[in-house]
Amino acid sequence: MNVRANSQPYALLERVFREEAGRLTASLVRLLGDFDFAEELVADAVVAALERWPRDGVPERPASWLFTTARRKGLDRLRRETIYRKKLELLAALPQDPPREADDRLRLIFTCCHPVLAREAQVALTLRAVCGLTTQEIARAFLVHEHTLAKRIARAKHKLVSSGVPYRVPRPDELGSRLGEVLTVIYLVFNEGYVATTGEAPIRRDLARDAEWLASLLCRLMPDEPEPIGLLALVRLHLARWPARLDATGHLVLLEHQDRSLWDHRAISQAVALIERAATFRRPGRYQIEAMIAALHSEAPSWEATDWPQVMALYSVLARIDSSPVVALSRAIACRYVDGPAAALADVDGLSDQLREYHLFHATRAALLRELGRFDEAAREDALALALTRNTGERALLEERLADRGRS
Amino acid sequence: MKYMLLITQGEWFANGNQADRDKAMEGVVEWWGKQFASGKMVGGQQLQPPETATTVVIERGKYALLDRPLMEAKEAIGGFGILDVADIDEALAIVETMPAPDCKVEVRPILERPR
Repeated sequence: MNVRANSQPYALLERVFREEAGRLTASLVRLLGDFDFAEELVADAVVAALERWPRDGVPERPASWLFTTARRKGLDRLRRETIYRKKLELLAALPQDPPREADDRLRLIFTCCHPVLAREAQVALTLRAVCGLTTQEIARAFLVHEHTLAKRIARAKHKLVSSGVPYRVPRPDELGSRLGEVLTVIYLVFNEGYVATTGEAPIRRDLARDAEWLASLLCRLMPDEPEPIGLLALVRLHLARWPARLDATGHLVLLEHQDRSLWDHRAISQAVALIERAATFRRPGRYQIEAMIAALHSEAPSWEATDWPQVMALYSVLARIDSSPVVALSRAIACRYVDGPAAALADVDGLSDQLREYHLFHATRAALLRELGRFDEAAREDALALALTRNTGERALLEERLADRGRS
Repeated sequence: MKYMLLITQGEWFANGNQADRDKAMEGVVEWWGKQFASGKMVGGQQLQPPETATTVVIERGKYALLDRPLMEAKEAIGGFGILDVADIDEALAIVETMPAPDCKVEVRPILERPR
């Protein structure tokens, strides 16, 4: 096989993996009719590529290289395990070259995000089978033991196979809820990268980039659906503001205090164009609305000059789709700038039963109480918020606030 | 593929008032009739109430009897069914139409051994 000289930058490897590993898994599942087996073959080929490509360079036709390697690794494995005669026949019947005509990745995505799997299993399997991340990479990203993650993936694959999950794109009547599952998984991957819930590094950019790639893939594969476009715009708006999210000492900077000149304004206007394209479908949904809210923030010259009445109106629309108290909390924050802190505090207080375990509920209450001059109550709320978050960046911010008060 | 449906006895059945229960039961019975008629439900029965259950515990070749059902009261099984359908999506779509006011249904694929 022809191999380009010199090692390639890791970014190229990553791009090739994302495109080719998922594509290969998707067609092998169809050709072999065995999710588990197909996924293992590709995983073996990815590991081989990770060893070889940085040393020898990325092959000229990476898809063929992965396909041939997967096929050979599978044959080796099956020859050692003679009980798998039927699998061996399947594998021997595969063509020599990877099939290029069909893109089966949409089936793969919907299968990995099938509602019979728990959310964390959907996330792990999607990253592994669709994005081509290794078990080790996923385990590192979610700060779980590699062994635990490998077991989670193995169990998920086994369940897909043994419980008769069909390998197909959902029918139109099922599409709404099934697409919702996929979008939730991508959004979770993004959030895990954007605000890591655990661990030392407060922001994990790689997962956020994987989520962006997944959302853009979904847009390419489902060009007639507006919600994936909305999600892609939302993710890109957050990424555009990324450079301003941490200060020089690595502390998280709230949107309110960010240096807006650090934002990528070109990326912001491109994301806004995506929202406009989604809107032409005239089928609004939660991700389009969230993207519109993010766009209002991204295009505002300052926190104070944000179009708060419009933000609040959009949160009201969102609350009709999603009755979660977290949405109501966001609406209350916007209310602060429309109707003042007393009105906002009344709204927030109405959520205490549902949100008493949520750190941002207490952090929001603290901020409103402080504005109303009720400093002792504010400090108590800050302490409660601190006790409830594990994110290092958010902790630092809250600790600072409490310390400031001690000094004053 | 075949799927076993393990259906808990809902609150409506265990503790509801007689009139509501009779009304709900009518819908449930009609649903079962429809599933059997379609040929997709290939087996299934309603069970006597959980307090009639005897549990046999076998340990190292010895057995003991317990005068109670295996499951806790709130998840006591009230009946079971066996679906024979194309895939899990079809099984779940059918189960989701069951008109019981409340209950849990475990949908478990049946292991089919080659004969």
